[in-house]
Amino acid sequence: MKKAMHTIAVCALIGATAASSAISINDASANPVTPDKVKVVDGKIKTPLTNKPGNAADGKNWFANRKLGNCLACHVNQDMSSKPFHGEIGPAVNAVATRYSPAQLRAILVDAKSVFGDQTIMPGFYKVDPGQRVAKKFKGKTILSGQQVEDIIAYLLTLKK
Amino acid sequence: MKGTAKTKALSALFAVTMLSATSIFYMQVVKAGDSLKDDGLPSGISKVKVKPATDDGPLDEIISGWHFRSKETKNLQQDDFENPGYLWVEQGEELWATKDGSKGKSCKSCHDDPAKSMKGVGANMPKWDAKLKRPLTLEQRVNTCRTQGLGAKEWKWESREMLSMTAFIRNLSRGMPMNVQADGPMKPWVEKGKNIYYTRVGQLNMSCSNCHEDNYGKNIRADHLSQGQSNGFPTYRLKWQKIGSLHRRFKGCMKNIRATPYKPGSDEFVALEIYLSQRGKGLEIETPAVRN
Repeated sequence: MKKAMHTIAVCALIGATAASSAISINDASANPVTPDKVKVVDGKIKTPLTNKPGNAADGKNWFANRKLGNCLACHVNQDMSSKPFHGEIGPAVNAVATRYSPAQLRAILVDAKSVFGDQTIMPGFYKVDPGQRVAKKFKGKTILSGQQVEDIIAYLLTLKK
Repeated sequence: MKGTAKTKALSALFAVTMLSATSIFYMQVVKAGDSLKDDGLPSGISKVKVKPATDDGPLDEIISGWHFRSKETKNLQQDDFENPGYLWVEQGEELWATKDGSKGKSCKSCHDDPAKSMKGVGANMPKWDAKLKRPLTLEQRVNTCRTQGLGAKEWKWESREMLSMTAFIRNLSRGMPMNVQADGPMKPWVEKGKNIYYTRVGQLNMSCSNCHEDNYGKNIRADHLSQGQSNGFPTYRLKWQKIGSLHRRFKGCMKNIRATPYKPGSDEFVALEIYLSQRGKGLEIETPAVRN
């Protein structure tokens, strides 16, 4: 019984790893604006990071995915009420589309500290090596690709209530 | 008598295994606040919250990690027979009297009755070593004894023997307040640890304080954030299915924020341990604590 439980757990873990490794994090062709070229002006980034418009359905996945956005770790989202464990660290994202413009959401996702100040716990999802001692595996990489940032913005813009 | 205790502890361990295997799927839904109810106290402990000794510290109240756990986890620490950490404490007691090394001695040969000689020792670690001119954690102190006193090989940091011995010694101070020396030669080490505590690291660019000072008591996904206090270590973690050292926990935190961890026993982790012990001064030793 105990063994069976463990086998199931291992299978579930392998499944989760396989699913996340199938997601391409650095799709250079879709990222014409590299992280070092992105500028936040007055809490906004007006130009999209990629030429391809964001896909809200993909963005919804990145929002919940623990290896990618993992936004749910810190933000309550009533649109995902069927999923357990909404975090309480940041504000709820309910109706976030009524509070921020796409350019503001882009700036918050890319580099929250440039919008809210240095004290915010929110990571910059399109920043390269922001902290000291970045693990080798993540060195030189952003948490999200430019396309994934655009996808999440597209998803957030659907949250109107 | 001992056999009975062991059998009981083993069946408790089995129950814990089942519980945590189950929790991978069902993850008992614990809402914020649920675990903040008054659930009594851990075994051998008189309080899990203390007022800081001075007003200039960052915390209004120093709270043991016990307080933030679910009722199921708390229960395991309320009965020593159900606490799986006692398997290691018992192994440590056996090792205490086991001869090892070229000098044919055991810990007992020099320190005799541990209930007398070791009482309070665990509450004061890490401690300044005048001969080595540096602070030693309990693990480092044990290894100094082994190499110099017994003529034996050092134990590896996360080995069964080291975890058992440190759990055994710390357990002899259970219920006593953490009281690490923070002045004199220890001062630069406290400062170094404090600096590490507040430095943002990793791809997620976070410091210890971001979670454990600014956001304790809140949920971060399925985890209910504590103050990250050190009074329960070595601690039995359901996630680990075994007891583990404080430095192992540090490593896990650093990996979570995608940073390259320091090594267990490194000066950085020793300094961080000293700072945490000082930060949690007055909190009672709970070793072996049970945590998620």
